[in-house]
This record gives sequence, structure tokens and C-alpha cells, in this order.
Amino acid sequence: MNIVVCVKQVPDTATERKLRSDDKTLDRDAADGVVNELDEYAVEEALKLKEAHGGEVTVLTMGPGKATETIRKALAMGADKAVHLSDDALHGSDALSTSYAMAQALKKIGFDLVVLGSESTDARTGVLAAMLAERLGVPQLSLAKKVEVNGSAIAIERLTDYGYDKVEASLPAVVSVVEKINEPRYPSFKGIMAAKKKPVETLGIADAEISADQVGLANAWSEVVDFAAAPPRAAGTIVKDEGDGGAKIAEFLASKKFV
Amino acid sequence: MSEVLVLVEHVDGDVKKVTLELLTLARSLGAPAAVWAGPGYSDAAKAKLAEYGAEKIYVADAEEITGYVVAPKAELLAKLVADKAPAGVLVAATAEGKEIAGRLAVKTDSGVITDAVGLGEGFVADQSIFGGGVNVRSRVAKGTPIVAVRPNSAAPVATAGAAAEEKVEVALSDAARAARIVERVKQEKGARPELTEAAVVVSGGRGVGSAESFALIEKLADSLDAAVGASRAATDAGWYPHQFQVGQTGKTVAPQLYIAAGISGAIQHRAGMQTSKTIVVINKDAEAPIFEIADYGVVGDLFQVVPQLTEEIEKRK
Ligand SMILES: Cc1cc2nc3c(=O)[nH]c(=O)nc-3n(C[C@H](O)[C@H](O)[C@H](O)COP(=O)(O)OP(=O)(O)OC[C@H]3O[C@@H](n4cnc5c(N)ncnc54)[C@H](O)[C@@H]3O)c2cc1C
Repeated sequence: MNIVVCVKQVPDTATERKLRSDDKTLDRDAADGVVNELDEYAVEEALKLKEAHGGEVTVLTMGPGKATETIRKALAMGADKAVHLSDDALHGSDALSTSYAMAQALKKIGFDLVVLGSESTDARTGVLAAMLAERLGVPQLSLAKKVEVNGSAIAIERLTDYGYDKVEASLPAVVSVVEKINEPRYPSFKGIMAAKKKPVETLGIADAEISADQVGLANAWSEVVDFAAAPPRAAGTIVKDEGDGGAKIAEFLASKKFV
Repeated sequence: MSEVLVLVEHVDGDVKKVTLELLTLARSLGAPAAVWAGPGYSDAAKAKLAEYGAEKIYVADAEEITGYVVAPKAELLAKLVADKAPAGVLVAATAEGKEIAGRLAVKTDSGVITDAVGLGEGFVADQSIFGGGVNVRSRVAKGTPIVAVRPNSAAPVATAGAAAEEKVEVALSDAARAARIVERVKQEKGARPELTEAAVVVSGGRGVGSAESFALIEKLADSLDAAVGASRAATDAGWYPHQFQVGQTGKTVAPQLYIAAGISGAIQHRAGMQTSKTIVVINKDAEAPIFEIADYGVVGDLFQVVPQLTEEIEKRK
């Protein structure tokens, strides 16, 4: 099975994240770049599927040069090779242009299964799997907490508001996974060493037949009008329970008219 | 006046509150036109939509529309966008709502904004990003504005609408029928307000200790007419079903009041509740990071504090 797993480099959620004042895009220099933690579950699931059914796992990432660190991490976990879609023209791409560029790259790479995390921790749109399925004309198997492949048949359990749906389709397909699905492995020392020798192909927009007028900040379908730091929350009142903690909260709630 | 399409969220034939909020927001942007997708449409549903200002109701109640993952609803909306040339499309920013919006955006070559917490003239949307640290105003630059609006972003206001019905038939493409739903598994937990829509949410975490002890959290929730939420530690342990998880990979909630008991306040949990108006914390560890965002906090044992609080609230009723 030819599996492509999409990973994204994002600013570390533990550090302060900012937008740039000049072009209102994410300030990638302000924070450390890390693998989007939800993508680690996607890599793990891809590796498990490969272990069960054979085949190859290719990592696909779109992002600036420094995203190679993210690629190395996925390769160290056990992926076989990587494709880095990187081009200055892609800077500032929104969800529509990103899904377009990624779909073009996926067509070029070829796949039986595309695996993604459920969302990225920076943009948090949660739309990429749906958009890729739409653009590629393949089944959308998103928000999976379980994936099973049997020949060309694929079944997932998709999280819903009321529990989950059992969903069936045929390959090729796009899957996104939630963090309930597995426990991502840590790269071993051997894995980290091996990753250094694994092939990483860099694609520019021309290589992936991406039209320049469909990507980048200037061509985005949506735009930031303005932004500002949210006013900090006023410091709260913290008390130690002296046997009356519950009563004190009730008083506070009454003062706010909640009871 | 152009129409503003509002995709109706419904459960067992009942219109959900978020739809009434969306109809209220739509009114200032055009003529609200409700879109009913899937079975369950009734006179009661029609009356509700009319009460909240729907001038039109497009009814596509074929079984097929809910038989496959997401794509049929996007095809339905795309057909309406093509036929009716609306000023914009509003959907609820649930996980599925956002996916519908995403596919619709690709189909109609339009921009999409997700997780709006407010919406104004020209479909300019307010968003709260980076865990509530930055407020952004965004707009769609190309095509028909498609905006996924979070529940609790506006107070629903009733005003009569004409509610003219129009049946819509969609011939689904093969691609829309590619991911077939073969079974729906419901894991309900009592008749409480829906988590994302509730005015008050009471959440329990690892500190609650067991599935049985979640009864304490439920009792407190019931005294406040609240929804119950849980941290990932609690859902992973199987103490509460996953759909009640609040946070990065659970629901995003923004109630008037959020009470967190036995939850440390990891960044992934805060991502789902940080924009709550008032936050009350009960935790035995004074160093727990959740206290940093508390309006009122008690350092203490939840097994003492929560039952006492429930009792005090009952007394005041
Ligand atoms: C990819 C990813 C996604 C995630 N998504 C989410 C998400 O959506 N939602 C989420 O919540 N987490 C999420 N997490 C997990 C998150 O990082 C934390 O592990 C989790 O939130 C911890 O849950 P907790 O606060 O209940 O448990 P803990 O961090 O263990 O905290 C328990 C707290 O309870 C207190 N306590 C214990 N006993 C008592 C008592 N008797 N009385 C009072 N207080 C007591 C302790 O002092 C402690 O502060 C995610 C993690 C990852 C990696």
C-alpha cells in the first residue's frame, strides 16, 4: 500500500504565538517550530498500516525551509521517504490554496491512502482532509478513531457529536485521525540515525504543476482585516478551602447572578 | 435583498439553538434562508425557523443526504449557491460543519472562515486564535463568503419570518456517495443541555478519579442546568464518553460559566475553554496552571468542595 502522511510544522503551543505586523501571517520566527502534535498520530497510524499490509510511507509537508526538522522527525519514527513542498510563492497560503497545492503534490506522488492529523494546532481550521477529498475526488474518512484496511476496502469509526459512525469506502481515500487512535512511538536512536540517510525530495510549485496565481498571500480566498492581542484576563480570587470552599463558590456565583 | 443561507443543525427533528443564533446573525446581512438537510423535517421545525426569522426554508429531506460523510450536504449547498446566488452561507462551527464549509468552499471557489465568534457587516468575522491570545477580524476575499460560526456567538432573538418552503432535490454525484455510513453508534449521557450550546458547563478531570465519581460532577451540573464536560485524562480513562471532551481535540466551549474540577489546565484543555466568560476552578494543587485563568478558585479537595457547592446552590433555589 502506498501511504502518504501529511505533516505540518507549527509554532510550539507552549510558547507565545504571534502574527506578523507586516503581512498578518503567522510569525514563524517568534516561536520554535515543532511537528503538529496531532500529525504524530497520523504518522503512527500510517506506520501501523504499513506494518500490517506492507508498502511504503511517504511524508509530505508544505512549508518553508526550516520544516525539514519536521520531516526528519517523521522519518525517524519510521517513514521511508519524504517530499517537501517548498516555494516562496506558497507563503501566506490559506486553507483553499494549501489544499490545492497539497492535492497537486499528492497527484504527482500517487497514493492509495492519504493520512492526516485532525487539525493543526496553529490554524485549527480542521478542513484540510475534507478539502483534499473534495479536490482528489476520493472518499473522505475524517476524524477516525479506528482504521481498518482489508484489500481495497477501508472502514473507519468516525467521531460524531453523539458517539461515532461506522463508515465504509474503497481505496484510494483520505483519512484524518484523532488522538484516540493510537500512541505515537518515540523515534529510536537507530531511527534517528537512519532518518539522516532517507531520501527527501524538494518540490517547487512548477514541479508539482501548481499555478502561481492560485497560491500565496496575494491570491488567498480569505484575508485578515486586522488583529490585536486579546486583553489579559483580570486576575481572579483564589482561596484555600477551610471547610467552606463550596459555600464560598456559591456566594461568588450568587454575586454574579448564576444562582 | 439577497438571501443568506443558514444550514440547519437538527437532532431528532428538533432545531438546535446554534441555528437560531445563526438566523439572528443572518438577519443583518440579508434575508435568512434556512436549509434543512436530511430526514426529520416537520411543522414544528418549520414553526421554529419561522419564529427566528427564516424568510425561506429550503427542504432537502431525502434519506440519502445523511447516509454519507459530509459530501452530500456540501453538494446541496453548492447547488443552492449556484441557483440562488446568496450573499453568503453560514454553518455551525462543529467539526462536521467546518468540513461541510470546507468542501463547499472548494466546490464554489469561495473563501471560508472557520470558528467565527462574531459576524458583522460585509461578513467580517471575529476570531479568537492561539488559545484566546489574539483577536482577529477576517473576511472572505473571493467568491461567496462561507462562515462557520461557533455556538454561543450571538443571543438568539425571535422575529417572525415568512418561512416560504421550497423542496430541493439533489442528484448526488458518485463522489458524494463514496464514504457510506453503515451504522451510527450513540453514546448518550442523560438529558442535559448540549455541551457547546450550554450557558454553564461543569467539567471533571483526572482528579475525579473514577466513572462512578462523575456522578458528583453530574449533580453539580444538574443543580445549575449545566452540561457536563471532561478533560482528555477523564475520557481516555473511559470515565466519560469522548464526545464530552473539552479541548484541542474535543469540543470548544465558550459558556457564561465554566467550572473545572480536578483539571490541571494543560494547554490542550485550555484551547477548548479559555474564552469562557467566567471560570471557576476547584483543584487541590495551588500550583495547577488552571488557576491562572480562574476568576474564582478554591484550593481544596473536590470531594469536599463539589458536594458542598451543590448543596448550597440547591438551598438558594
Ligand atoms: C495531541 C493532544 C491532544 C490533546 N487534547 C486534549 C483535549 O482536547 N482536552 C484535554 O483536556 N486534554 C487534551 N490533551 C491532554 C492534556 O495535555 C492533558 O494531559 C490533560 O488535559 C490532563 O487532564 P487533567 O487535567 O484531567 O489531568 P491532570 O493533568 O492529571 O490533572 C489532574 C488535576 O486534578 C487535581 N486533583 C487530583 N485529585 C484532586 C482532588 N481530589 N480534588 C481536587 N483536585 C484534584 C490535580 O491537582 C491535578 O491538577 C491533549 C494532549 C495531546 C498530546
